[in-house]
Amino acid sequence: MADLSTNDEAVAAALDTPVRRGEPILQVRNLKKHFPLTQGILFKKQVGAVKAVDGVSFDLYQGETLGIVGESGCGKSTVAKLLMNLERATAGEVFYKGQDITKLSGRALKAVRRNIQMVFQDPYTSLNPRMTVGDIIGETFDIHPEVAPKGERRRKVQDLLDVVGLNPEYINRYPHQFSGGQRQRIGIARGLALNPEIIICDEPVSALDVSVQAQVINLMEKLQDEFNLSYVFIAHDLSIVRHISDRVGVMYLGKLAEIGTDEEIYEHPTHPYTQALLSAVPVPDPQARADRDRIILTGDVPSPANPPSGCRFRTRCWKAQDKCATEQPVLAVPERFRGQKTLAAHESACHFAEERDVVHAG
Amino acid sequence: MSTINKNATVPAPREGGHTGPLLEVKDLHVEFHTRDGVAKAVNGVNYSVDAGETLAVLGESGSGKSVTAQAIMGILDMPPGKIPQGEILFRGEDMLKMSDEERRKIRGRKIAMIFQDALSSLNPVLSVGYQLGEMFRVHQGLSKKDAKTRAIELMDKVKIPAAKARVSDYPHQFSGGMRQRIMIAMALALEPELIIADEPTTALDVTVQAQVMDLLAELQREYNMGLILITHDLGVVADVADKIAVMYAGRIVEQAPVHELYARPAHPYTRGLLDSIPRLDQKGQELYAIKGLPPNLLKVPTGCAFNPRCPKATDLCRTDIPALVPVTEQDGSDLPGRKSACHFWKETIHG
Amino acid sequence: MPDVTKTATAVEDAVAPPSAPESKGSHKQEKARSLWGDAWHDLRRNPYFIVSSALITLLLVISAFPSLFTSASPTMGDLSNHFLGKAELSKIGSPEWLGYDQQGRSVYARLIYGTRASVMVGLCVTAIVATVGSIMGMLAGYFGGVWDAILSRITDVFFGIPFLLGAMVVLQSFTERTIWVVVFALAFLGWTQITRVMRGAVITVKHADYVHAAKALGAGTVRILFRHILPNAMAPVIVVATIALGGYISAEATLSYLGLGLSAPTVSWGVDVSAGVAQIRVAPHVLLWPSIMLSLTVLAFIMLGEAVRNALDPKLR
Repeated sequence: MADLSTNDEAVAAALDTPVRRGEPILQVRNLKKHFPLTQGILFKKQVGAVKAVDGVSFDLYQGETLGIVGESGCGKSTVAKLLMNLERATAGEVFYKGQDITKLSGRALKAVRRNIQMVFQDPYTSLNPRMTVGDIIGETFDIHPEVAPKGERRRKVQDLLDVVGLNPEYINRYPHQFSGGQRQRIGIARGLALNPEIIICDEPVSALDVSVQAQVINLMEKLQDEFNLSYVFIAHDLSIVRHISDRVGVMYLGKLAEIGTDEEIYEHPTHPYTQALLSAVPVPDPQARADRDRIILTGDVPSPANPPSGCRFRTRCWKAQDKCATEQPVLAVPERFRGQKTLAAHESACHFAEERDVVHAG
Repeated sequence: MSTINKNATVPAPREGGHTGPLLEVKDLHVEFHTRDGVAKAVNGVNYSVDAGETLAVLGESGSGKSVTAQAIMGILDMPPGKIPQGEILFRGEDMLKMSDEERRKIRGRKIAMIFQDALSSLNPVLSVGYQLGEMFRVHQGLSKKDAKTRAIELMDKVKIPAAKARVSDYPHQFSGGMRQRIMIAMALALEPELIIADEPTTALDVTVQAQVMDLLAELQREYNMGLILITHDLGVVADVADKIAVMYAGRIVEQAPVHELYARPAHPYTRGLLDSIPRLDQKGQELYAIKGLPPNLLKVPTGCAFNPRCPKATDLCRTDIPALVPVTEQDGSDLPGRKSACHFWKETIHG
Repeated sequence: MPDVTKTATAVEDAVAPPSAPESKGSHKQEKARSLWGDAWHDLRRNPYFIVSSALITLLLVISAFPSLFTSASPTMGDLSNHFLGKAELSKIGSPEWLGYDQQGRSVYARLIYGTRASVMVGLCVTAIVATVGSIMGMLAGYFGGVWDAILSRITDVFFGIPFLLGAMVVLQSFTERTIWVVVFALAFLGWTQITRVMRGAVITVKHADYVHAAKALGAGTVRILFRHILPNAMAPVIVVATIALGGYISAEATLSYLGLGLSAPTVSWGVDVSAGVAQIRVAPHVLLWPSIMLSLTVLAFIMLGEAVRNALDPKLR
């Protein structure tokens, strides 16, 4: 298969070209993941599909943090897995330096993995309990031997531990000998080992104690500056996303409802779902809390196996009209704001988009 | 089962008799004997709740907040757990000295508990209507039909839509938020005087969290119940609590009415916690982070357990355990309900 | 109602980091403690483990070097000793210690030499079953889909065959029944249990985040299977295999008793039990001793399995 290997080399060459700051490094286009619902044991018959991710598009710019927020079941974790190619996309593309990584496999995919890494949610399950910390981090060099020559690996692992703020002498310990925050640092060290350009973070602090969350967030911000990383930061905690993100996308039932800079989303939200989400965030300040505009949504998120027609949010939306049931709103700058120099002029998938500040006391 | 004469089994009538707080925990200690030694989970906790009052117990993992609640409910695993000293007074009677039978009668009927994980707390093979009705059949001897009617009433009460149609559904057919409502309905069934809610909304989404907390607060007002809300989330507490007890390493380090605590914390740990959470309405630079790790219960530091992580720690903090003392205004006037277990509370609150 | 196990886990969480200071200052160096190490630490303190492992070690030594324990031959009979050279319980270790059988052979010598057959059958069957079963279970569990469907159906078919009845049928088709034939017959039907256990364990483990993490790093299938999945899926297989080992030993004895397993001149407890039954009224000791040995051996392995289970999964207790 000479043809294939030259192709691989072409991919590898393309991957080595650097991307300048502020240019898109990852372009996601109409990404979909449908999990088939089947019946039968030996001969499976598809009876439906859970549309976990159903047409998501966004760009990640070099050096930025893109936050993705949404409630459980909105498909945000599936997006992470798709970006990592841990799940195969049903449709759509993810372009990394011009290569559609959803179609790659074998050597070319392995080359891409060097540059896109992941930090997982649960530090208790993301580290193999039967391996030492040194083996967990050092395994990256076994898989990609070209990154570190054999003699240097141990020292490199110790350097990484030092970078994430752990004692390098802990190299021979096992994960269960560490606390949650320390384990997450180990997970981050593993993600950094290959010196990637992009790190996908799937709820990296939600399993940690409050007092430890801030430590890990600060560490991640420090590393971003130090290693010139781009983050996709997936979380359900809007306060943390606001803190760390440059731009934010809000997901609902497999689709993006709204996307924009952090200021656009938090100070000038135009999608009713974003507004409801923001207003529901518990604020640790009873005074500010009392003055806030609160929107309490009724009902639950519908099943992604059978999403509502038209706008997916309409079943819980107080603004819903007939149009919402028949016509699917597209993610674009709403017409009424188009061409205006206001922060409300950002992409929002609502027929009746209008600004409403729910974060500030009013 | 025959009808139980309600009054005969109740240790103290609902009104009258006892005049102190509804529940009072006095100098409670709990320890666990593990492979690696004795873990001191609770080291002398005091708190009290009145009828109609909400006490929030705030703490991180290992602070002993849940263990205290389990001790109150009498569902602590013993062994490995042990209660070497302390009292848990319910309407003035020490529950730790009661017989198993007496405690069983209080549990569920007088004190009920709501857990974080509603799915694993409900029996998956029985319909929710049956499980709700069971409370009435067993405790009040109602017939199957009456119990079902009461179950539907309860489901209406906790605002489950189409309760009548859904009474025969099984737990897995409900969403997380609805399951938590069913748990609340179950806790409410016998109209208890005290509800202990252990992280009731932690597993829920923010939009649903608000619904469930509002419901809980509303029902509490309606029934004039005492509520102990155990949580790690400073945001959730701010909404519903009347007073807050902050726990660290098995001790209460600060106690205050809710507004006071947020405005002027009197313990460096509380201050650190408040500073370390990012705010929705402002984008700061670097987050303040409490250094170090939550305490290891096998080796609680000497002196103040928070001293290795405290920016203000002195030698005194490393040797002497600070007592939980009343906090006063700068001019010495009283701050009712405020206490702090810090040698330097004056500097912390007024400095 | 309330989930009581929560208490234990909550405490465990709080206790989990057994001293792990964030500061890089001078702190007493704490030893690395692997999960296997922790299990071993627990095992060594378990009296059941101590008793059963001592017994099993003794059995292994006996079967390896039977001549160390008796000078008598298990097959040479002296008819002048016919039966009634009653047991002389004071003469421990001598040929006449436990008496003689119908053909004047030392019961004690036969016990010693019979150990090897039982232990060999047990160990060999377990080794084969564990290997075959683990591989099948791993393939079915990890690859899923068609692989799983086919392998699981094959497993089901074999699982449906009654174990002893099936072994009898297999043995019937051999004219000469050596130890190896018995091993084959038991292993042929025994692998399904391990396959099922392994498949279940692999399915649980393969969804763990650390497996995803390894994939995200670009790890190949072999690495994922042998570095990440196997070590974490092995514990239940070890437990089941240890307990099953005792079962295979008793199955061998049962088959030999029925005349379908080993037969004379092979020396085996099952053969002796079979022979002893005929003289149960005249000379009960011929039946008694091999039966006791058999029970003790099976018990030892079951006890070992239980002890290992407790050590590997403390939460089950």
